[in-house]
Parts: sequence; structure tokens; C-alpha cells
Amino acid sequence: MAIQDIFFYLFAALTLLCAFLVVANPFTRNPVTSAMFLVLSIISMAGLFVLLHAFFLAAVQVLVYAGAVMVLFLFVIMLLDLKEETARTFKTFGVVTGILSVGALAAIAFRAIATSGVGTGLQPQAEGSTRLLGRLLFKDYLLPFEIVSVLLLVAMVGAILLSKKDIK
Amino acid sequence: MLKVVGVFGAVLTMFAYAVLAERKISAWIQGRVGPNRTAPPLALKIPFLGALLQSWGIFQPMADGLKAFLKEDFTPNYVRKAYFWLAPAISMVPAFLVLAVVPFGSKLGNEPMVIANLDVGILYTFGIISLGVYGVVLAGYASNSKYPFLGGIRSSAQMISYEIAMGMSVVPLFLIVGELNLSDVITWQAKNGWLILYSPISFVIFLIAAFAETNRLPFDLPESETELIGGYHTEYSSMKFALFFMGEYAAMIAASAMMVTLFFGGWTLPGLSEPASSIAVGLLHIGIFVAKLLAFMVLFIWVRWMLPRFRYDQLMDLGWRRFIPLALANILVTAVVLWMRSAKP
Repeated sequence: MAIQDIFFYLFAALTLLCAFLVVANPFTRNPVTSAMFLVLSIISMAGLFVLLHAFFLAAVQVLVYAGAVMVLFLFVIMLLDLKEETARTFKTFGVVTGILSVGALAAIAFRAIATSGVGTGLQPQAEGSTRLLGRLLFKDYLLPFEIVSVLLLVAMVGAILLSKKDIK
Repeated sequence: MLKVVGVFGAVLTMFAYAVLAERKISAWIQGRVGPNRTAPPLALKIPFLGALLQSWGIFQPMADGLKAFLKEDFTPNYVRKAYFWLAPAISMVPAFLVLAVVPFGSKLGNEPMVIANLDVGILYTFGIISLGVYGVVLAGYASNSKYPFLGGIRSSAQMISYEIAMGMSVVPLFLIVGELNLSDVITWQAKNGWLILYSPISFVIFLIAAFAETNRLPFDLPESETELIGGYHTEYSSMKFALFFMGEYAAMIAASAMMVTLFFGGWTLPGLSEPASSIAVGLLHIGIFVAKLLAFMVLFIWVRWMLPRFRYDQLMDLGWRRFIPLALANILVTAVVLWMRSAKP
């Protein structure tokens, strides 16, 4: 096994483990701990990007998600309520629907993986190069890129509108 | 590997003597003498030199370091233990990681003097800098008492605000240079002149944002002594406190290194910009870089003792309503000028 493979399994395992601990930490239900595990999960995902030679994506992943979004999350968690969430009691309905939906999704995913052969891997199009990525985004994929920006703008305006109490 | 050890050692030494410089310069500004008593027993036996070094306070950092190690490490029993231990470590690491991509010299022999020559150098730097806030926020949260908590909240808001201005202030540089790699930025500056001449507004924004990002006065609201009793590190003592202290100075060193690299030509001087062919010139280049870096460190210290602290709403107002629009306008103007120029035959 090449060193890249070892790193891949390491980062993948870390990503999954940390993501699991975000939502279902058996030791504590502290929201700040969840947020910190989400940060770890994001950083290990950046490691996966590095293994794919997508350095730009890796850097932006850390910069935007770990550095900005999660800091805001922490900020909000700390401002709102710092008490540990009490363990939730389980309702039969919730458990049944939860198991059913997870089972269905798992079945779909399993079938999709089983029926499609494993590809040989694509040639990376924008390997590492920021210049190439910029060209792709602003020439070939300009319309989707702009639409996503407008979507973000709409979300932002919506959030401001909802948080303002007295609108004339 | 040697480079890693070398840079780490250099930064630790620089940290120790930056603290001394801080104390000496503050003393001069306030008309005092500063530390001039500490000396190990045998040092005074050296004729003349011993007493001179003592009056300069050269041995003071040793005493300070020893004190940090030997003091009782007190952990209040109401803190959240895991985060209380984690926070000082987290506050230290990012500044050191930033220094890994800064080219601090041209060449020694055949070895380029940069630890990791990343293609996305600048993005990496900003990514790592943005992680620095976790140390402070977690410290505020872990301490589980009011003053550190307020310090943590303040710092997260402050760092998010100024990171945006800081990130946008360097965009014009990369529009001009056309590369994100810090070594290429230096090569470009060696050819065309320092970037501060091309984009002075960027430099002003970056400099002020750097003060805010490193929690230095006039923006040290997270730790303002008068109202928050030290802010996020109120509950910390001994070595854990020393780690926060070191984190702050390492961040200052990292910010100075970034400014030298981005705006002041890195290790180059006019006439000395060719990559070194001999060991002597290589060492000279490292010396030039360190000299520029120290100049910025002195600026950081000088400003701290000359200016009063901002009020929190003034800080936010300055960040969001002055610097971010200014940085955006700067990007736009630079882009238009570059476009007009490229349109000419």
C-alpha cells in the first residue's frame, strides 16, 4: 500500500469518526464539543483534498469553513445558551422512522455502488492550479457560478429580513 | 528538517527577546529604565561586558522563562478541564504553521530557504491564521467565568471582522503579480519594485488588520486589563499563561513576516535581488529578511505604548464600515487599471 493510500484511509476514518461524534457523542452532549469535532472533520476533509492535489480547495475549505463559518457557530452557541443539552428521550415513532429512512438510504447507496463498476479515475482537470480553476469558473461554468452567488445573496437578504423585527 | 528546527529555534529566541524589547521600549517611552538587574552569578565576573549586558537586560528572558516554568500551575476547579488544557496549545500552533510558507532567504548552497514552497501559499496562510481564533475562544469558554468569557466573545467577533478586511486587502497584490506563491511574489518584487509602491492602500489596511488579528493595542479588547482583568487568560497561570503570551508574540512575528514578504520585497534589497550563489550572500539575505522583520516588530511595540485603546463599537465600525468598503474599492480600482493597461496595444 502506497503512503497516499494510508493517508487516505487515515483522513477518511478521521472525517467519519469526527462527523459521528458531532451528532452522537456518547460521552457528552456539550454543543461546543460538537462544534469542535465538526472543525476537526472539516480539517480532515481538507486533508483528503490535498491527497487529490486540490490544494486550492483544501486551503479554501479550511479558510471558509473551519476559519469563518465554524467560528461564527461557536460565537452563536456561546451567545445563546451554554448549558449541556440533556439527553433526549426516544419516542417510538422517531426511532422507527429514523431506522427506516437510514435503511432505505443505505440500500440505495449499496445498490448504486454494487451495480456500477469502480472507475479507473478521472484525469484531474484543475489539479492544484488556481489559475486554471479560476478560468473554469469564470468561463466554462460562469452561469452556474453566478446563480450560486445570487442564491447566497438571497439567503443573506432573507436572513436580515427575518432577524429585523420592525419592518415598515 | 534542519530548516524546521532552525526556524523554530529562531522564533523562540526572537519571542524571548521581543518580550525584552517590549519591556525596554515601553520603559524608554515612559521615561523609565526597564529591566537592568538580572544576571546569572558568573556573568558579572566578566570585566565590563558582564555589567553592560546586565544593564541591557540581556539575561532577563532567562529569568522570565524560568519563572514561567517554576510557578505553580493552578487550575481552578470550576473550569472545563479538556478545553482548559487544549486552548493554550491551540493558540500557539497557527503562528508557527504560517511561518512554514514564508521564504526567509534565497538560498544556502542549493537549498531554497523556505520550509514549504506551496503554490497556494497566501491562501494557506490565511486559512491557518483564521484558526488562531480558536485558542482564544476556547480559553474564554473553558475558563467558565465571566471576564474570560466576554474576552472570548469579543475576540471571535473582532477576528472574523478583520480577517475579511485583511483577506480582501491582499487581493490587489495578486491581481498585480498574478501568482499566489509567496516565492513568486518576491521574485516579482525583485524585478519590478516593492509592492507597497503599487498598492499603498492595501498595506495600510493589512497593517491595521494585523494589529487587530494579533490582539495588540490599540485593538487588544479581548484582553483589556482595565475592564476584563486580562480577558481570556484571566484564569491561567504559569506555563499555560506563558503559552498564550508566546502565541501572541509568535502571531506578531508571523504578521511581520507576511508584511515583509508581501509589501517589502522579502529577503531582497535593490541591488541584492539575485538568488544567492555563495553561502555569504545567502546568509546576508537571511539577515536582510530578519532586519526588516525586526523593524516591524519594533513598530508593533511602539504603537502599543503610544496609542490608547479603541472602544468596542469604534472597532467594529472601523472594520465593517471603513475598511471593508475601502478594500473592495481598492480591488475594483486595481482591476480596472490593470484592464485598461492590458487593453493598450
